[in-house]
Amino acid sequence: MAAGQSAVEARGISKVFPGGVKALDDVSVTIRENEFFTLLGPSGCGKTTLLRLIAGFEFPSAGEILLHGLDIAHLPPDRRPVNTVFQHYALFPHMTVAENVGFGLRMQGRPKGEIDRAVDQALALVKMADYGARRPSQLSGGQQQRVAFARAIAPRPQVLLLDEPLSALDLKLRQAMRGELKTLQRETGITFIFVTHDQEEALTMSDRIAVMSAGKIQQIGAPLDIYESPVNHFVADFIGDSNFIEGAIDTIKGDAAVVKTPDGIAIAARMNGPHKAGDRIAVALRPEKILLGAGKLKGEVREAVYLGTSTSYVIALGRAVTLSVREANDLSGKARFAVGDTVKLDIPAGAARMLAD
Amino acid sequence: MRQPVGHYPGLRLWTALFFFFLYAPMVVLVAYSFNVNKLAMIWGGFSTRWYVKLFTTGGIGEAAMNSLLVAVIATCFAVAIAIAAALVLVREAGFRGAGLSNALISMPLIVPEIVTAVATLMFFVMLKNWIGFDLGLGNIIIAHCVFCIPFAFMPIRARLQDMDLALEQAARDLYADAWKAFRFVTLPLLMPGVVAGAMLAFVISLDDFIITQMISGPGTTTLPVYIYSMIRNGITPEVNAASTILIAVSTALVTVYWYVSRPKKT
Amino acid sequence: MLRSTTSNWFGVAPAWLVIGIFGLLPMFIMLAISFMVQDPYGGVEWGFSTEAYVQFLFERDLDDSLILNTIYVNIVARSIGLAAMTTILCLIIGLPVAYFIARQPEDKRNLYMLLITIPFWTNLLIRTYAWILILTRNGVVDARLQWFGFEPGTFDLLYTNTAIFIGLVYSYLPFMVLPLYASLEKMDFRLIEAASDLYASKWQAARHVIIPLARPGIVAGSLLVFIPSIGAFIAPELLGGGKRMMLGSLIYFQFATARNWPFGAAVSILLMAFVMIALLVYARAAKGQGLPAGGH
Repeated sequence: MAAGQSAVEARGISKVFPGGVKALDDVSVTIRENEFFTLLGPSGCGKTTLLRLIAGFEFPSAGEILLHGLDIAHLPPDRRPVNTVFQHYALFPHMTVAENVGFGLRMQGRPKGEIDRAVDQALALVKMADYGARRPSQLSGGQQQRVAFARAIAPRPQVLLLDEPLSALDLKLRQAMRGELKTLQRETGITFIFVTHDQEEALTMSDRIAVMSAGKIQQIGAPLDIYESPVNHFVADFIGDSNFIEGAIDTIKGDAAVVKTPDGIAIAARMNGPHKAGDRIAVALRPEKILLGAGKLKGEVREAVYLGTSTSYVIALGRAVTLSVREANDLSGKARFAVGDTVKLDIPAGAARMLAD
Repeated sequence: MRQPVGHYPGLRLWTALFFFFLYAPMVVLVAYSFNVNKLAMIWGGFSTRWYVKLFTTGGIGEAAMNSLLVAVIATCFAVAIAIAAALVLVREAGFRGAGLSNALISMPLIVPEIVTAVATLMFFVMLKNWIGFDLGLGNIIIAHCVFCIPFAFMPIRARLQDMDLALEQAARDLYADAWKAFRFVTLPLLMPGVVAGAMLAFVISLDDFIITQMISGPGTTTLPVYIYSMIRNGITPEVNAASTILIAVSTALVTVYWYVSRPKKT
Repeated sequence: MLRSTTSNWFGVAPAWLVIGIFGLLPMFIMLAISFMVQDPYGGVEWGFSTEAYVQFLFERDLDDSLILNTIYVNIVARSIGLAAMTTILCLIIGLPVAYFIARQPEDKRNLYMLLITIPFWTNLLIRTYAWILILTRNGVVDARLQWFGFEPGTFDLLYTNTAIFIGLVYSYLPFMVLPLYASLEKMDFRLIEAASDLYASKWQAARHVIIPLARPGIVAGSLLVFIPSIGAFIAPELLGGGKRMMLGSLIYFQFATARNWPFGAAVSILLMAFVMIALLVYARAAKGQGLPAGGH
């Protein structure tokens, strides 16, 4: 199957749990073949539920789940060619590493020779070839993670589901594993659906990200699109830091507009959706995109916090607007401004973006 | 000397006295079972003659066999029933009958033994008089099964509660159907709980006196009932010997169970 | 997760069948029998009668008038009194022990628990019988006293209330220590440090920190001691000589000797009522403490 075709397609999926909790509300999403696709959102947003619906651990209240065009929404997990890497690995403690990795093929009734070969291959792929005879309890967290991964890819699933697989590792290991996971995805050519609440993980590994909140998908796009062009308040706030400025559209020129705040500060912003002059809207503005030291706007430094590579300022513009601004430190490492200073600042065209809500 | 926070004087001594209180009577009993003297109370020297006499008297062999038979069969049934019930009651969150089922299973733990004993007696007498239902030793096995179920159930339930649901989901995810997931993942992981439950049920059945005493008749005497009749006939050294054997069996079983069920260090 | 409601019932059906038919049903039959009339041959006659309950308080005179009879009331009083005293003494003995064990390193803790568990699972009949050897005239203690020139029989407690009391405490002490230990073992001992840091003396820390935290164990342990004590049969039978009856021995007597089923059933129902009251008290005390509502 060629890249770009759909691997998994969810159509109008809703999931209501007994007790009335609505975890997913009419979610539709298409995940392409050979893609590293991430479901990103805070806990309780429904991302794990969506993953479990694809795996078959839960069944949707409404909607269909297509795997290469076939509806699998009501098949039990053992009849779906998808495998899961569990959050806490869920390695079988009473089996060796090799037995764990071979379990899926054994359950499929494959011949022993084939199982052994596949186990060796999968363990080699995750650089755990020498650990086949060990028990999971004799492995470190990172090693268990690799075994869990090997176990899930050994049966060559069409889609691999990863449920926050890195969350139990410490920071250094987590960062190292990101690169490895990405490489493994490329080498195996399997479609990955990755669930995380960690935006850095999502931005560094994914081909595309679906940002979820309150049982709905808020935005789907490449990491760059998500970061640079958030569609709404939630996405702009959840991914990275943003200043939110409210005002009314003053003038529109093509894709660019000027937004005026109630006390008359004018900000250039990119359009987002069909708005007309006079509409009350909000714009999002990343702290690192604001330039200090020159420009038409003037503000007073209220706070200056040293962050090592950069300094974070809180700057008041007039009475109603305070902006958070981040500026890289220069060679001396010192911040350029101190609390109480009056600074000029500039918001370059294209830095600010209107929000849909 | 200042004692660290949370230390209270005399606790060690108190605990030592506690264990003395707990074990002294059993030690006395065991010691007297090896007393050569016919008058049980006066020490005359070491001997195993009462054990020999015990086994040559007859009756006790049959009672021991009955005890063993009842305990083994009641345990097997109780464990199977407990596993089936625990799988539903721990795993099926939305099961409507869960509260009532849990209460029913723990009922034999709450009702005083003597009440269970006489209620069961009346029930079996009525069954016999009305429909001729009398299984002899089978009656005792049934009664034991009832009170063995909660003892088998508790460790199995505890084990199941501690078990990560994700393990079974992983098995299903890796192409195991419901039966294979149970056979290859759930059951092996449940095994320590099953062994623990079986041993508890077995010891409880072996030790039961009051219920068995009530419903047993000629030919269905178990070991504790036999010992009781010996005590009623007067305190003899043979009673001490028989008691010592039962203490040894219980102690051995509990100790083995302890080592089996202890969390293993890796 | 993947099973239907019907198959859930299949899972619990064997338990329902066995316990329902041979555990619960006999209890209801017993309740019915307690309202029937004694058959002189040992069975029961059909018909409704409260005679068995009346018999508990009154005797029938020749002219059928009722005379107050305090024998059974005394037995009830003895049962409740001994069970309550047993519970309290077990608590006094058990709490320091449980605390001491909970503070030991893990290896020792496990060993201590094994040592408490062994008597717990050892035959109650035998454990009680062992006390005959100790308490009787010419027994272990009396014989030692004779060495020192005391008269034989100086120490002879057998067949007294004290003997029953000792037997009950001995029988059910592990039932108290195990739940006490379970709740103290979970306790964070830094809380005691925090208390003493906040100026609590040792005894204030015990009073305001340790005992409140041990409360779930105290409540559960008290229940586990009180219920079997009040219905005890072996201790009053062997150590009380069958003369100083408790409710348990009274019930046994009605079936083994007197052959008065309705009265025996009525006493059993009364005993169950006391157990229910104890359970209700437990449920109240357990409320809001995260204790299992059912008991064990």
